[in-house]
Amino acid sequence: MKKIVLAVMTTISGLVMLFSYHTSTQNVAVTTPEETDSGSAQSDAGTTTTAPSATASASSTGSASSSGGDGTYTGDAVETRWGTVQVEITVENGKITSADAVQFPNENPRDQQINAYAVPALNAEVVKAQSASIDAVSGATVTSNGYLESLQSAIDAAHLG
Amino acid sequence: MPTQVTVVTDRQQDVPRRAFVAQIMGLPMSIHVRGPQALRPDVAAAVEAAFSQLHADEAMFSTWLPDSPVSRISDGRDRLVDAHPRIRRVAALCELAGHRTGGSFAAWLPGPDGRQRFDPTGLVKGWAVEQAFTALLADLRKLGPHDALVCAGGDIAVACHRTDTPSWVVAVEDPRDRSHTLRSLELRTGAVATSGTAARGTHIVDPATGTAADGLLSATVIGPKLTWADVYATAAFVKGVAALPWIATLPDHAGILVGTDGTVSTISGIKPAAQATRGSSLASTR
Repeated sequence: MKKIVLAVMTTISGLVMLFSYHTSTQNVAVTTPEETDSGSAQSDAGTTTTAPSATASASSTGSASSSGGDGTYTGDAVETRWGTVQVEITVENGKITSADAVQFPNENPRDQQINAYAVPALNAEVVKAQSASIDAVSGATVTSNGYLESLQSAIDAAHLG
Repeated sequence: MPTQVTVVTDRQQDVPRRAFVAQIMGLPMSIHVRGPQALRPDVAAAVEAAFSQLHADEAMFSTWLPDSPVSRISDGRDRLVDAHPRIRRVAALCELAGHRTGGSFAAWLPGPDGRQRFDPTGLVKGWAVEQAFTALLADLRKLGPHDALVCAGGDIAVACHRTDTPSWVVAVEDPRDRSHTLRSLELRTGAVATSGTAARGTHIVDPATGTAADGLLSATVIGPKLTWADVYATAAFVKGVAALPWIATLPDHAGILVGTDGTVSTISGIKPAAQATRGSSLASTR
């Protein structure tokens, strides 16, 4: 698992080095995520993350847990083709449980509008297969042969006219 | 319709709802419509038109039919520049997809003989379904306020034109136990696509290496358009764990990744409320 953490952190660092972005926005303290009612459903509410000031590597505040590597890691702000992006990763029990953009390009009003509906609540609650409330099931491509065994077929069958 | 159905109740008994299913492109395609005309022939006709358009795209883009227009381009009998505008449109989108995914998506791949072959299948399904769904929504609008959902072999697009209905609930299946779901999310407009190997065995090739991707059990991407949710899910699966920070950089998209050890990771773009919070904390720290 450490390997994966390392791999991801390496990727972030790689991104940072690739785009090497230095402006004042990098020095801003980012406080999240009490007000985000969803998104990182598994991250600990109240975790405070401070963006690294001028270093290229990610930093850890590790406020959540004492077990090795746990905590919230924030990469530097990086310039992408879409704008400035900064990514925060939450590690619990040595496993990455969420990655969230804490800084995001949204200067364009249209983008904000899209963001409003395109980033839905990721409900952490495990839903049972036979839940009455599911309308569709997203999964690896179902073939025509596999359809009758799929959850989707049961949902469809309840509504076939 | 033969099924082994358990109990699935309709939460919105007062709004008529109907499901339609067809097998197209080798996939089960389900369309659900709810609204005043859902049980009436006009809606059935609109859905049939959507299925017909998908059948037409299947004939055009199939790589299984040896004489389909795309097969003829793939093996060099015809040239892409002379192809139907829809094919050239898809080819251009494939180029864009390669660009946006940093090369984790490609429509031109070397065949057994080493020659580059054109296979836009990875993009065509999502694109064709999105096109047919958009046309369906336009048809439904003429019949009054309706909500609709399409599920094409596990890739989903939804839309709501009503305001009195609950959001569509889309569940993401557990790749280790496909009779269970891992997460559910509520959507009124948007798309959810999952890439993985649970249904068909390993079949997603990393264009960079030519080998099958195996870094994740599944990758789900949520976004405004099915074409791109589908492309990004495929690319995320190819990227493996590196997809975590990558998806977080995609505007308007969120993701759910399942690692080979079963770890579930969620990725979301920042929400507008959090953006405002950040703005205020930004002001207070200066």
